[in-house]
Amino acid sequence: MPLDRANIDTDAIIPKQFLKSIKRSGFGPNLFDEWRYLDHGEVGMDNSKRPINPDFVLNDPKYKGAQILLTRRNFGCGSSREHAPWALEDFGFRAIIAPSFADIFYNNCFKNGILPIVLSSEIVDALFGYQGEIVINLEEQTVKTEDNIYNFEVDAERKRRLINGLDDIGLTLQYEDQIRSFEAEHLKKYPWL
Amino acid sequence: MAQTLYDKLMGQHVVREQDGATLIYIDRQLIHEVTSPQAFEGLTMSGRKPWRNKANLAVPDHNVPTTERSNGVSSIIDPVSRLQVETLDKNCETFEINEIQMNDIRQGIVHVIGPEQGATLPGMSIVCGDSHTTTHGALGALAFGIGTSEVEHVLATGCLWQSKAKNLKIEVNGNLGKYISAKDIALYVIGEIGTAGATGYAIEFCGTAIENMSIEGRMTLCNMSIEAGAKVGMVAVDDKTIEYVKGRPFSPTEENWDLAVAYWETLHSDEGANFDETILIDASLIKPQVTWGTSPEMVVDINGSTPDPEKEDDPVKAESIRNALNYIHLQPNTSMSSVAIDKVFIGSCTNSRIEDLRSAAAVAKGKKIANSIKLALVVPGSGLVKQQAEAEGLDQIFTDAGFEWREPGCSMCLAMNADRLEVGERCASTSNRNFEGRQGQGSFTHLVSPAIAAASAIAGHISGV
Ligand code: SF4
Repeated sequence: MPLDRANIDTDAIIPKQFLKSIKRSGFGPNLFDEWRYLDHGEVGMDNSKRPINPDFVLNDPKYKGAQILLTRRNFGCGSSREHAPWALEDFGFRAIIAPSFADIFYNNCFKNGILPIVLSSEIVDALFGYQGEIVINLEEQTVKTEDNIYNFEVDAERKRRLINGLDDIGLTLQYEDQIRSFEAEHLKKYPWL
Repeated sequence: MAQTLYDKLMGQHVVREQDGATLIYIDRQLIHEVTSPQAFEGLTMSGRKPWRNKANLAVPDHNVPTTERSNGVSSIIDPVSRLQVETLDKNCETFEINEIQMNDIRQGIVHVIGPEQGATLPGMSIVCGDSHTTTHGALGALAFGIGTSEVEHVLATGCLWQSKAKNLKIEVNGNLGKYISAKDIALYVIGEIGTAGATGYAIEFCGTAIENMSIEGRMTLCNMSIEAGAKVGMVAVDDKTIEYVKGRPFSPTEENWDLAVAYWETLHSDEGANFDETILIDASLIKPQVTWGTSPEMVVDINGSTPDPEKEDDPVKAESIRNALNYIHLQPNTSMSSVAIDKVFIGSCTNSRIEDLRSAAAVAKGKKIANSIKLALVVPGSGLVKQQAEAEGLDQIFTDAGFEWREPGCSMCLAMNADRLEVGERCASTSNRNFEGRQGQGSFTHLVSPAIAAASAIAGHISGV
């Protein structure tokens, strides 16, 4: 799905009236709420009854079921809250392609099973011009169109976790002893902590 | 080898390195009600406990009402807001985490109370589920914002995986003009380098203008490093830092104090340390800044005008200018000082400390806000800031001038509580974000310093002092 705007911030991805939930699922129907619906969205509304903005790409039947979001530079700037990736994930996006991402958002994507892919502005331009289906292969680190294959970079450890769907905390706690011994030294050196 | 401050701080916290990622030990986690419930939910679901309770300090701030609230949590009218604050109270009790509750005099915005309580100390690694955690770098700490799953990770493991940022030095030399503050430097820098200008970097601010700057000013500057895309913003420790930290509730005492000071004095970049990038700024050239658009980088001098998309060669940029002007209901080439405003907000983790309030009060003293101003809010950053301001008579200056004097919290910075702009309302705000709808759906935000916010309230339009 092509979303042709630069600097899309987290407030646009999921407006803040929805951040008050104390749960982490169910944000998908309010993804890009202000652009997607013609009325003002609030918590607890029946979203299926709201007037939709037919000019917004998310409502274009052509892209129904899209799992890849194609967008412009500095996507996800703004808040560190994870509601933005939760909403994208809940809606069904599995990967986002852009020339650049905001740092915290980029990290938050991996933690929520979304693959953020950085490609050059030229390639992103080309993809915006392309009409067919785009296929991403994380194993091979490629983005394929009918005529082209583009390679992308991804940190090896993150790739492994994403492919295996591993729990970050459990993985870190494998090193519990090492953390304990570091901590003992550290607190001895800086006893005021 | 000569090291930068950032390299030193990172180095001192490395537990383990693996495949280009570094596991760092977290000395302090600050917690608030918005980004923590799902993290605590995760802990409960997996049957885990906090790694080290003492490392954590919690406070509700985003949702708290700034009006009368002596009835405690039940004074929060919005049920969803109330539930978040109640959930924080409950989680802190269950997990035995130190919490400063809503009606405690020490309550306030998490980034104001951390330093104020001495919970933020030089040399610490500090995280919080909020992007403005960069604020704490002003004290020579390694501090950055994290997301909710990282909040859970730090709670459960006491550590966090990080990749190393590059080093960016921003050197600001020379003297600032009258009524020109750290906020103007912050907006000016963002205007120069853009909101992604420091992405992937750790910023160290230095130079004579920073050396001469108060700790409060440094916090304002480091606070907005995130708006330039930086991972962290820092200032080296100097005598002012140590003086600031001294005697605060969580600060070390007696022999620990001497030990700590000896360590803190090493917290600066070594002579000859290598920075990947350096930016030099002449402070004497900085004028008061005001944003005209929907991103902090859309900023001009207060004497400037909105840009003209027709004059922009880059089509993507021209389009964002058009979108922004369209949203914010301003024509190209509009003089900023002719822009009339409806409301004024002085507050937020960027500008709600005592010095900010003093600066706004100095401008407001003996004046009245314009008749056209529907609401001018002053929201102190913490109960202790409020108390101090009242002791100095600042509340009286503000209320005499027609401002409302409120209880501490995030308030209209993000309008999660009842303080917000209505559709079509325009605000001069000392906060840090002017995104579409940030202060209320369909509302318009112009970011400015406290002095300019006060001057604009009096003039009824964006105005210099
Ligand atoms: S004052 Fe604003 S920016 Fe700061 S923590 Fe609160 S909501 Fe976030």
